[in-house]
Amino acid sequence: MIPFLQANAELIITVVKIALLMFIVLTVNAYLTWFERKVVAHMQSRWGPHRVGPHGLLQPLADGVKFLFKEDPTPAGVDKFTYYLAPLLALALALTSIALIPFGPDPILLFGHKIYLGIVSPDINIGILGLFAITALGVYGVALAGWSSNSKYSLLGGLRSSAQMISYELALTMSVVGVLLLAGSFNLKDIINAQFNPRHPGLGILGWNIFPQILGFICFFIAAVAETNRVPFDLPEAESELVAGFHTEYASFKFAMFFIAEYTSMITVSALCSILFFGGWLSPFPASWTFTHYLPSLILIPAGLWVIWDGIHYETIFGKIILPGLGTAFVAIGAVLLALPVVNLYIQGPFWLLSKIFVFLFVYVWMRGTLPRFRYDQLMAFGWKFLLPVSIANVIITAFAILMWGAK
Amino acid sequence: MTPQLAVFFVLAAIAVLGAASLILQKHPIHSALSLIVVMVALAGLYLLLGAEFVAAVQIIVYGGAIMVLFIFVIMLLNAGVEEHTSISKMAGPPGLLLTVALAGFIAASLVRSTSTVQSTMQSGQIASTRDLSSMLFKDFVYPFELTSFLILVAVLGAIVLAHRERN
Repeated sequence: MIPFLQANAELIITVVKIALLMFIVLTVNAYLTWFERKVVAHMQSRWGPHRVGPHGLLQPLADGVKFLFKEDPTPAGVDKFTYYLAPLLALALALTSIALIPFGPDPILLFGHKIYLGIVSPDINIGILGLFAITALGVYGVALAGWSSNSKYSLLGGLRSSAQMISYELALTMSVVGVLLLAGSFNLKDIINAQFNPRHPGLGILGWNIFPQILGFICFFIAAVAETNRVPFDLPEAESELVAGFHTEYASFKFAMFFIAEYTSMITVSALCSILFFGGWLSPFPASWTFTHYLPSLILIPAGLWVIWDGIHYETIFGKIILPGLGTAFVAIGAVLLALPVVNLYIQGPFWLLSKIFVFLFVYVWMRGTLPRFRYDQLMAFGWKFLLPVSIANVIITAFAILMWGAK
Repeated sequence: MTPQLAVFFVLAAIAVLGAASLILQKHPIHSALSLIVVMVALAGLYLLLGAEFVAAVQIIVYGGAIMVLFIFVIMLLNAGVEEHTSISKMAGPPGLLLTVALAGFIAASLVRSTSTVQSTMQSGQIASTRDLSSMLFKDFVYPFELTSFLILVAVLGAIVLAHRERN
C-alpha cells in the first residue's frame, strides 16, 4: 500500500485536490445564490430567503434537493445529442477554468511533496491564455442549448449569446494586453509579482495594475460581465422577452448545470480581475506593516462573536443551536490563526485573494440589483464602438509609455 | 512507446475521426461541432510539440471566435439537414480519388523528410512567445503584413457586398 502511494503521489494529490476544489466551488456556488438573493432583497427592501433554516441559510440545500428530484422531461423534436451535450459542456468548461486559477503563492510541503493552492502550479507559461481559451469555448454550451432545444425562444437566446460573445471577446482580450505588456509574461504568477516592486516595498496598493491600467480594467470588467451573461448583459436569458432564453427547455439538474456554470464563471472572472488588476494575493498595505497580518483574525473573531450573539437571540430552537455553532467555528479559526504565526503568515496570500474575489462577487450582485438590461442594438454599439476602440487605445498608450519610461 | 507518442496517437486519432465526422454528418451544426473537435485536437498536438502559445491561440481564435461565427451563421439561417442532388452525389468518386492522391502526396513528402519530423517530435523544447514574435515581426514581417493586408481587403469586400444588398 505505502509503495503504491509513494509511486503515484502526484496523481493522488491531484485527484484529491480536484475533489476538494469541486466540493468547495459547488458549496460556494450554492451560498452565492443565497448571498445574491439576500443582498438583492435588502436592496429592494425585502427579506429574501428566511424560511429554510436560520436566516434562510439552508435554502441552497433545499434548492439542490429540489433540482435533483424534479421531473426531467425531454421536449419533443430536440436534437438529442446536442441537447444533452450543452449543459455538460457549459459546466465542464466553467469548472476547468477555475482549475487554472492559483489561489496562493507558496506550496505546502507535505511528506516532501509541494502542494500548491489550486489544481495546477501557478507557474504556467501560458496561464492567462489558457484561461481565455477555455472561456472562449464556454459559449458553445449556451449556443448549442439554444439551437438544440427546438424552441424559438431558446434559439433567439442562443443567437444573442453567440453574437454577444463574438463582440465582447475582442475587447476582453485587447484590454488585458496592457497588463501583459507591463508584466512581460502570460504567466499568472509573473503578472502578480510584477505588481510588487522589491525596490519600493512600501508601495503596497499603489503598485497594483489598477492605477496605470484603469482604462484596461474598465474595459475588462465590462467585457467579462458580458461574457458571463450577467446583468446588464443578460440578453440571452431576458425573461421579459424570451421566457428564460437558452435554458427555457431545460429542467431539473440540466438547468442546475447551467446555473452552476454561470456562478462558477462569475468566480473565475472575479479571480481574474483580482489577479490581473488588483495584485492577486498581494496585500494592499506596505510590506513593512507586519501588524496587518492579524487582520484575518480581527475580522473572523468579531464576526464570530456577532453571529453567536445573533444566534442566542434567534426565534427558533434550530437557529439557537446552528448560529452559535457557526460563530464558535469562526472564533476558533481566528484564535488558531492568532496562536500559530506560521499558519497565519501562510494564509495571508489566500486571504487577500479571496477577499478581493468576494468584493467582485458583491459588485456582480450589486449591479444585478441596480442596472437595467441593455437593448440589443445598444449592446452591439457599446461593444464595437466604445469598448473595442478604448481597449485598443489603452494598448497603444501603454506600449508608448513602456517605450518611453520602461516597464517599471 | 513513450507517453508523448501515446498522447500523440490519441490526439491524432481524435483529429482524424473528427474530420471524418465533419464530412459524414448530415446536419451542418453537427459538422461544425466536429470541426471544433478537430481544432481542439490540433491545439493538443501543438502543445505536444512545445508550442504553447500557438496551441492557446489555436483554441482562442479557431476553436472560439471563428467557430462561434460558423455556428452563429448556421443558427441564424436555421439551416436544415443537407439536401443531396444528383450532381452533388456525383462529386463523391472524384473527391475520394483526390483524397487518396492528397494522402499519398503527404505521405511521400513525410517519408522524404523523416529526419526533421523526428527531431521536432523529440526536441521537447518549449518555444517562448518572445522568440515567436521576434521571428514573426523580424524575419517574416513582409509575409505577415501581406496577410494582414489580404484580410483587410476581404473585410472591405464583405462590407461592400453587404452594402450593395441594402441599397
